[in-house]
Amino acid sequence: MSTRIGEVVEASTSQFVAESYELHSPPPLGSLIKTSAGEVDIYGVVFNASTESTDPGRRPVARGRDEATEDDIYRQNPQLSRLFRTTFDAVVIGHGQGNDIRHYLPPVPPRVHSFVHSCEVEEIRRFTASLYFLSTLLNIRDGSGDEIVAACLREASRAHDDPRAFLVGAGKELALLLSGQFNRLNTILRRIRL
Amino acid sequence: MSEALGRRLGIVVGGSLTGGLQVKLDSGTPIEEMAVGRYVVIEGQQSHFFGMINDVKLGTIDQQFAITPPDVSDSFISEVIAGTSTYGVIDVVPMLCISGDVKTILEGPQPVKTIPAHFSEVREATEQDVELVFGTEDERHFHVGTPLDMETKVCLNIDEFVKRSNGVFGKSGTGKTFFTRLLLIGMVQKGVAANLIFDMHNEYGWEGTFEGGARKVKALKPLFSSKVALFTLDEESARRRKASTDYVVQIGYDEIQPEDIALLQDTLNLTQPAVEAVYQLAREFGYGRWLQSFFELGSEDETRELLDRLRIHESTYRNLHRGMEKLRRLSFLVPHAPDNSVKRILEYLDRGMNVVLEFGRYTDVTAYVLVANILTRRIYDQYRDRTEAALAEDKARPRPLVITIEEAHKFLSPSVAEQTIFGTIAREMRKYNVTLLVIDQRPSGIDDEVMSQLGTKVTYLLDNEKDIDSVLMGASGKSQLKTVLSKLEAKQQALIFGHALPMPVVIKTRDYGSAESYKEFGFMDAAELKRKSEKEIEGLF
Repeated sequence: MSTRIGEVVEASTSQFVAESYELHSPPPLGSLIKTSAGEVDIYGVVFNASTESTDPGRRPVARGRDEATEDDIYRQNPQLSRLFRTTFDAVVIGHGQGNDIRHYLPPVPPRVHSFVHSCEVEEIRRFTASLYFLSTLLNIRDGSGDEIVAACLREASRAHDDPRAFLVGAGKELALLLSGQFNRLNTILRRIRL
Repeated sequence: MSEALGRRLGIVVGGSLTGGLQVKLDSGTPIEEMAVGRYVVIEGQQSHFFGMINDVKLGTIDQQFAITPPDVSDSFISEVIAGTSTYGVIDVVPMLCISGDVKTILEGPQPVKTIPAHFSEVREATEQDVELVFGTEDERHFHVGTPLDMETKVCLNIDEFVKRSNGVFGKSGTGKTFFTRLLLIGMVQKGVAANLIFDMHNEYGWEGTFEGGARKVKALKPLFSSKVALFTLDEESARRRKASTDYVVQIGYDEIQPEDIALLQDTLNLTQPAVEAVYQLAREFGYGRWLQSFFELGSEDETRELLDRLRIHESTYRNLHRGMEKLRRLSFLVPHAPDNSVKRILEYLDRGMNVVLEFGRYTDVTAYVLVANILTRRIYDQYRDRTEAALAEDKARPRPLVITIEEAHKFLSPSVAEQTIFGTIAREMRKYNVTLLVIDQRPSGIDDEVMSQLGTKVTYLLDNEKDIDSVLMGASGKSQLKTVLSKLEAKQQALIFGHALPMPVVIKTRDYGSAESYKEFGFMDAAELKRKSEKEIEGLF
């Protein structure tokens, strides 16, 4: 059973923002997560995470001058964990129902407060058996696409029996997608080699 | 096509019928295994195409790779870019089309008239594919060698082979003689034609040697003693070599015609007026007697009187005299031959025998050209008469005759090809069922018209541009064949193309010389013959 890790707090067709149930514990960058819109599972890849004050008007102040460790600050000030929240952003890369997986955008975005789950190994393997979603990742607007692709492939490779073979296959797919962009290809390849 | 498919190499990405096809190799295909001259099968939608690799190239998807090469010491990166960003390309010449239509089933693979579509799969040709193209050994096909890197047999259609004149070319020491002997064995074994072989260096009749003389191989006579007769011009030499001969050839002065002398102009060092003087002498004394009369010219007065009458200059006479003296030294030339050699040869040929004429110690070109020309002219005349008679009476035509000559450029050079009988045979070809097998190391010295009439050409390594052009003249895909020809190894590898094969092929010549190989030719040694006859006798009772 996949673990529930948070809830959608902002949703659009191509991206959603979710709040993590655990402070300071968002899913790893590039990991595959899923939420739902009715019967349809919506798959996304984490491309950003942040922790900030729940009240945008109040900035945290430094409290650790007399504490021995960072954890001591939180122990001494138990209210802190209620004053901050961790959110993460995901780009939608596909959707599906049961075993039927499609590597393109779903017809409708997830609802706000939809639960967000991390994906099981088996599910990651099934989703990444085909690498069509790479072109979506490469085109993320904020310019960090190459980082995200590398992170996603590193994460996904752990789900496969032969991580190296998976990465080589993904590398070849990238080589075709990035034909004519030798430097970008090189950047990603250097980030995913084992 | 075949049950087991060969390894997949890549896909067709472009090309044309005349320029060949470009095939992008799959990333898993090692480019270093793609040798020029190898066979591939392209699987089109309706037919299979059989082709040959003609060039191997490297390609990159982005010019940047050439300028700042990626870090290939990293095995991951080099594995990823192999076949995607950088890739291998092979040029394939489509040669044959193997479709399921009636024509292909009846007549075998057809020459290509179209090409397969984009992205057709390309596979290595399997042994079965090659066998389908080059046939298997049977009563009409003779195994001459194997394609490079394969075990399959390449078989010549001997029936088609003897219908036209053929040529074996190559530099000295590449294996011409060895291959010619093999071809002759093939023709004798299959019995499709009578052979007359002018054996300048005594290599085809009794036994031949490998280069360096270290090993000896049996030639025609010991292998097929009942089908081959060994004639010689030099009985002593044959005796020294312990070769058993059937007949000693002698030629009378009366058999030498002015045309024969004209052909020897170069080797006898005759001037043009001297050659013309020969014709005058022949008119004066008669065509049968002129040489004898010339040698018998007695006193100076008599000679001067003759020269004045015929308006032959003194120096011309001396030039002619020196030349004729050379002829007189050839001891197989006698004033009157005791027997008619031509008749004797024809008798043997008519009985279905093959005749090898050894020259013994007369290995100079003069004797060779003279004898080959005299005998062939008269044999050809006989064949022509018989063929015409057969046509008139609607009878069976005489058995095909194949005449083998070495140093062919002496007979077929542009200056003499018009005059010699060999030029006529090469041009008029099979009209009279007589064809040539020419062997030469300087094909450029042979008349173009004759070269263009050769049906099947076998060529070993040649490195003179003129020779290569001359051999490949008129062949389809000449430029591609030229690449292949220049990459042949110095020995035992030959390019064969033409009439008797469905497509050009580079072969490693079939080796022979072991007892096993003789057996394949149908040869039985004494012990075996005895066993066989004992068995047959047992069978009778």
